[in-house]
This record gives sequence, structure tokens and C-alpha cells, in this order.
Amino acid sequence: MSDPILEMRSITKTFPGVKALQDVTLSVERGEVHAICGENGAGKSTLMKVLSGVYPAGDYEGEIVFEGQVVSFGGIRDSEHAGIVIIHQELALVPYLSIAENIFLGSEKRGKFGLIDWNLANAEADKLLKSVGLDENPTTPVGQLGVGKQQLVEIAKALSKDVKLLILDEPTAALNDTDSAHLLGLIRGLRDQGITSIIISHKLNEIDAIADHTTIIRDGQTVETLDMADESVTVDRIIRGMVGRALDSYYPERESHPGEEVMRVEGWTVKHPTQDRLVVDHASFDVRAGEVVGIAGLMGAGRTELAMSIFGRSYGTFVEGRLFMHGKEVRARTVADAIDAGIAYATEDRKKYGLNLIDDIARNNSAAALDKLSTRGFVDANEETKAAEEGRRSMNIKAPTVKSIVGKLSGGNQQKVVLSKWLLTDPDVLILDEPTRGIDVGAKYEIYTIINKLVAAGKAVVVISSELPELLGICDRVYTLSAGRITGQLPVAEADQERLMTLMTQEKELVG
Amino acid sequence: MTQTVGPTSEPEAESATAQKDNATAGALGTGTSDVRTLLSRNLRTSGIYIAFVVVVALFAILTGGTSLSPGNITNIVLQYSYILILAIGMVIVIIAGHIDLSVGSVVAVTGAVSAVLVIRHDQPWWVGVLAALAVGLAIGAWHGFWVAYVGIPAFIVTLAGMLLFRGLTLQVLNNISLSPFTPEYGKIASGFSNGLLGGNGYDAFTLLIFGVAVVVYAFSQFRTRQARVRYNQQVPSFPLFVAQIVVVAAVVMAFAWQLATARGLPYVLVILAVLILVYGVVTKRTVFGRQVYAIGGNLAAATLSGVKVKVVNFWIFVNMGFLAAVAGVVFSSRSNGAQPSAGNSFELDAIAAAFIGGAAVTGGVGTVVGAMVGGLLVGVMSNGMQLMGVDQSIQSMVKGLVLLLAVAFDVYNKRRAGSGR
Repeated sequence: MSDPILEMRSITKTFPGVKALQDVTLSVERGEVHAICGENGAGKSTLMKVLSGVYPAGDYEGEIVFEGQVVSFGGIRDSEHAGIVIIHQELALVPYLSIAENIFLGSEKRGKFGLIDWNLANAEADKLLKSVGLDENPTTPVGQLGVGKQQLVEIAKALSKDVKLLILDEPTAALNDTDSAHLLGLIRGLRDQGITSIIISHKLNEIDAIADHTTIIRDGQTVETLDMADESVTVDRIIRGMVGRALDSYYPERESHPGEEVMRVEGWTVKHPTQDRLVVDHASFDVRAGEVVGIAGLMGAGRTELAMSIFGRSYGTFVEGRLFMHGKEVRARTVADAIDAGIAYATEDRKKYGLNLIDDIARNNSAAALDKLSTRGFVDANEETKAAEEGRRSMNIKAPTVKSIVGKLSGGNQQKVVLSKWLLTDPDVLILDEPTRGIDVGAKYEIYTIINKLVAAGKAVVVISSELPELLGICDRVYTLSAGRITGQLPVAEADQERLMTLMTQEKELVG
Repeated sequence: MTQTVGPTSEPEAESATAQKDNATAGALGTGTSDVRTLLSRNLRTSGIYIAFVVVVALFAILTGGTSLSPGNITNIVLQYSYILILAIGMVIVIIAGHIDLSVGSVVAVTGAVSAVLVIRHDQPWWVGVLAALAVGLAIGAWHGFWVAYVGIPAFIVTLAGMLLFRGLTLQVLNNISLSPFTPEYGKIASGFSNGLLGGNGYDAFTLLIFGVAVVVYAFSQFRTRQARVRYNQQVPSFPLFVAQIVVVAAVVMAFAWQLATARGLPYVLVILAVLILVYGVVTKRTVFGRQVYAIGGNLAAATLSGVKVKVVNFWIFVNMGFLAAVAGVVFSSRSNGAQPSAGNSFELDAIAAAFIGGAAVTGGVGTVVGAMVGGLLVGVMSNGMQLMGVDQSIQSMVKGLVLLLAVAFDVYNKRRAGSGR
């Protein structure tokens, strides 16, 4: 308890009009895994940007001591040179380049005449891949790997740079449980080799499992640093620190009164857009008014593909299947048809597929419902603003005005804009794909409350989620999906994580 | 030092109070946002206007006032009208994230078709115009088909179109120029409405038309403002609002006076004004316009919001073909004939106008009015340099640098805005 590899002292970072960090102090011991927790917008990313030189020295106040010396980084290259490597949530790999090319991008292995020695590079890459437990050929293009394996490539790349301090920003956000477990094991392994890690995560169970210390940041200030070896430090304890209050429950209470069936899908079968294989295989499910139905499945099970295919055949090649709304069959061949039929789909990737980030809240809010806000092709801008104001109020979107640019909002607030946008289409069924991915505990609770309000108003909601506790906490029924097939259906009262996981991993033959 | 620094120090707090103000302000809402906040908030969009004013003033000084003379102002309008018409279509193409390299060739081929009919086959002027427009629409549909339904990048499709329709122009004209047009046809680009109400050294009709336009503008602005107040939105304070109207009216009427004391109201200006008005409304107020911005801003999100992307893309190019044909008619009328090389590099001028006017290379951003100011900026500059007798080579270099600096300014502003949070 006295050999800090990194000390950040009294860091203050101001943006015009906003104090993003105020007097933040962080001390990381050599060879530990140090977690940083905080709600979105608390300042975690800003702090890491200060540390890695994205905000160069002079742009902030305070001092950074790394390996006993005061350092002032002018950019990312400087910090990498010192041995600090940051792996962002959005991976920075070139999909068309091979694993080895990606690993040595920017620090190529030179041979004679300054030309790249590919034999050496591939051999080195092979060693690095072994050390992170990735069994792939270094000449394989990165685009052919899944997200979990790409993450490992990023870590191999960091190791190639002789890393002393590894910063991982939400490393498991896009991973399934198996990959997450492997990654956490790897981070432990690195710790044993003497590599210090800082891990930023919303998954508090993981932090509980892996971190030695946890520093909590709230509203740009350090709240406390917890010693995870202490028995009294639990997930609840961390949450209390993050939100400044104890959440009595992660999930708001709701009384369930399912009504008439709203949507039913029968034998839905979809082929991969380019490969000759079924991604969704005769899937059938239904959802009633006032009911929240969950769809659980491991990554690659076809959850998003199923939802997008139902939503106007937005994914893959439709093979067969029938869609009923209120008992009547509908053919929704385009997204516009699906919206007309009363279906709304809020995507798992709001930045890529959900929002026009360079536009304002009002226009994003109206993007799917322009028909309702226009007469004879002319948009009523005042009604549009009014609708956005209503959305901002009912969803509690934190933004100065509805003319604020959506790209500048926090993840939770962006998600609320997405929800508000789809509610404006007045749907009967809302399919919410990972509605709480990458947003903080407080905002999650708000999203759950919104879902409860919707079902109380008679809407039907389908929730796709990787987090089983979330499904168990908010759903009435849960379907499990494995390799494109529905493998089971459980009322939430009879479900627990083990039973769901068993069904989610059930092989085709067993289902028969 | 404990005195208040003024209402502009805290933008967020200010807009919050502004909204409270509005609820009680009534139809003639009082001080809700002042000049400084308006300027700083709109620096990105107002930068181009400031640049325009600076360039106009600069050349007025450099040419000893000649550039602002009645005759010269008329000239600028006539000379750059077809670039401005192209820029209207081009900015829409660019907002949607595409580009159109073919418009110069389309100007040539539509003018050629019209010339063959009117000059060689003695058809009336309107037959030539209608034929040109039909050809333009067909070419637009051709481009739209390949871009929207086959999914080939617009850069490739229109690069092919540029070669294709230049070749077609040569075919239609048999490699020779055709001229002259009938006087009626020539009036499209060089005609003036003059003397309708008589005049004593100035054209009263021109002044009347502009006067009516200014009144209509003031009235519609007032109604918009009232509607916004009714919906509790932020509006400029009333004195500021009046000042804005007065400034616009003064500039417009000064421009009208210069025209009236020269040759009157050019028909081309009427065509241009109608197009700017119509497309201003189309881009700002219609569902179609909104979908163009949505596609350019985030294609995937637009698709998943139910925007029929293929249909919208198709019509964007049909529209570009139509406007290229209008420009083709105006240009052939102005040059009083059709030449195989007509319209060479017009596409670059139109693209430059859109980008100087604030459109973004990545799509999703841009305005018709911005593109017009961008086009006029280049026009005033070229015209001023011609008046000063600057060599063609220098003119080209200056134009290139202005384009580069305009986009650099845009990028710089965006980065500053981006680091704001």
C-alpha cells in the first residue's frame, strides 16, 4: 500500500461553461486492477482522456505522476511511449487488415532497407495471440472475427507496445458472458505478470469480481476509493456511492395485468444476407397488451436479427413466417409498413442506427413520425417542437432545449430521445433491443420506469437483453433463443438465471 | 467587478430564463435574446454572410465603386444565374451525401436539344424549353436509377454521366455550334421587364415588385414569430426583430434601386427568385426536405425510421436533372446558341458554391440560401477581378484558395463547437 504507479492530483478540467472535472484525485497501485465507476457524464472518460494525453498538458489543471515522475503528455503518442495504453469501447481496428497488420499498425516491424519484415511480424503476432489466449492465424482479417476476439486483438496490440498501464473502457459491454469471463480472466493474468489495469465498467458484478480497488466519481469529483478486499464492499455499496443514494431496488415495482394478444409471430425464418444459412429458424412468439416479454439469447443467437426482420424485413433475406397484429395477419415488407402496423423498434446501437447525431432533439424525435406532424407534405415546425418538448418532459431528457444537438447528450439521454421518437409513432408494440446498454444505473432505472408506464397504458413491450437479471427484473415472460430457434418460454416467476442459461445454450438436436 | 457582466455570460442559464420570459411575454415578446448571443450562436452559419459583406466591400473599394454600379450589379445577376440555379440542386444532392459531376454536360446537352429544335427545325421557343426540361428530367431519372436502385456511388454514376452526356451533346450538334436563337428565346436570359409603369430614369415596376416582396417578407416573418411565441419558443426581442426586417428591407431596396436605374428587372432574376423561394421551402418545411437531411445525417437511422431512402434518392437526382435543364436553357439563351463545349466545369462552380455556403462533405448539413451566398461570393469575386483586369490564371488560383479556406473555416468551427463539451 505505498507503491503507486500512477497518481493524478487535483485534476480540474473546464470546458466553456462547464466544469467537467473538479479536483479529482486518483491513485493506482502498481500491479492492481483498479476500477472506476460513475454514472454517465460523471467525468470518467474525461479523466481518462486527460491521462492519455487526448487533452494535452496545459489544457487542464493539476498534476499527473506516473512511475514517480511528473509527466505532461502532449498527445496519445507521448502517453503510449510512457507505457499507458487505452482501449476504447469502440474498438479501433481496421477490419480489412490482418491481425498482425493491426497489431503492428504504427509500429511496424522493420527489416532490411526499412521494409516491413512480415515473417517477423507474423511470428511476433503469433506469440502475442497465444499470450492472450486467442487461437487464430495472424494473417486472418480482423473483420472476420467476432467482437470478443477483436477485443483480444486490441489487448495483444497493447501488449506489443510494452504496456505498463492498461486502460479498458467498458471492455465487456459488447461481449457475451463466456467472452466476458475469458477477458476478465486475461486481465487477472496480466495483473499476475505485473501489468496494472484501470477498468471502466457499468457491470458492477464484474468489478466486484475482479477489481482490487474501486474509485467512484460523481459529478466530476472523486467520491471515494473503496478497498474491494473489504467484505462490506458490495455491489449495493458501490451503487450507493455512484448515485449518492441507495437504490432500494434495481427494478421498479409493477403489477402485471396482461390483456389481449397484440402481436404474434409464427414460424419466422430468415436467411443470412450473404451466406447460405438460417439466422432465424422457425421462431414463434407472442406478446399481449400490458405485458413485457423478454428475449434472452447469447450473442449470435439471432435476437437482433429476429427483431429487425420483423420490423419491415430490415435484416437478411425473408424466407417464411407469418406476423399477426391483433389477430389479423399483416405483411410488413418495409419499415414504413411496420410502423403503420403499429410496430416500433429501438435499436441496440443508437449511435449507428438510431439517431442522426448531428441534428437536434426535435428533429430526431420526429424522424419516424413526420406523417403525423405534417399536412400535405409540409412539416408543422411548431407542432414538432411541441412534441419534442412533451417528450423531453415525460422522458426527463436532460438538455438545455429541444434544439440541442443529440450527439452531445449522454448515452442515457440519447436513449430517452430514441424512446420518445418511437412513442411519437404511437405504436402498439415496442421492441426494445438492449435498451439499457452503456447507460448508467440511475438512467437505467428511469428507462425501466418508462417501460412500466408504457405497459400500464396498454402497450406491449418486447425487451431484448444480454443481462439476465434485467430480464428477470422487468419482464412477465421470457423466451430463450439459441442458434436462431426459440428453445423455451418461462413465466418470470418460474425463471432464474441458471434455467435461462440452460435453455439459451441448448443445442438444436436436443430441441428436436 | 461584482457588477453583472451582461446577459450573454451564461448561454444555458439564459435560454432557460428566456423560456420563462416567453410564457409571459405575449405576442410582442420582450428582450429574449440579444444581438451578441444571436451572432455567437449562429457564427457557423453567419460566417459566410460576414465573408460576403467583406468581399463586396473589398471589391467596391478596389474598383472605385464600379462593382456596385447599376450596370454591373445587373451583369453579375445575368452572368452567374445559371451557376446559382445549379447550386440549388447541387446543395440538395450534397446534403443527402452524394455529389453530381455531370451537371455541366447536362447543361450542354439540354441546351443543344433546345437549339436543334428552335434553330434547326424552326420550332417556337417554348417547344425548345419544354424539350430541354424533359431531357433534363430523363437524365436525372437515369442517374437516380443507378444511384438509388442499383446502389452505385453517385460519384461514379455522374462521372460516367459527365462523359456520356458530353458525347451526346457532340452527337446532337454534329460537332458544330448552333446560333443564333430567335429573339423570343434570347429574352429568357437577357430580357427585362421595363417601362410597364413608365419611368423617369428609373423603372417604377421593378421598385413596386421588390416593394411588394419586402412587405410579404416582413409579414410572413411576423406571423412565424407570432406562432413561435404562441408555442412558447424562444424568439429575438421585438426591437431586434424590427431592426432585422429593416436591414433586410434596406439592402433589398437598395439592390432594387440599382436594377431599376439600369435596365429594369431581369427575367432571369424572377426565375431565380422563384426557385430559391420554392426550394427554400422544400428543404426547410417539407417532409421530403427533412428526409434528405436525415439520409445525409445518418443513412442507417433514416432507413430504420421508415424513410424510403431509394425513392428519396431517386427524386433528388431527378430534381438535379430538372434544374440542370433550367440552367441549360438559361445558358443557351444567354450565349445565344449551343456549343459543344458549353457548361464545361460548371459542376465545379456549383459544388464550390454549396461548400463555400456551409454544406458538409459528409452530408446532412447545408442550406439553399447558404449555397446562393456561396455562389454569389464567387461571382462577386470573379466579376471584381475581371473589372480590375486581373489575369485569368490569378482568378483561378484565388477561387481555389477561397474554396479551401471556406471549408477550412467550417472544419475549424465544427471542431471548436465539438470540443465545447
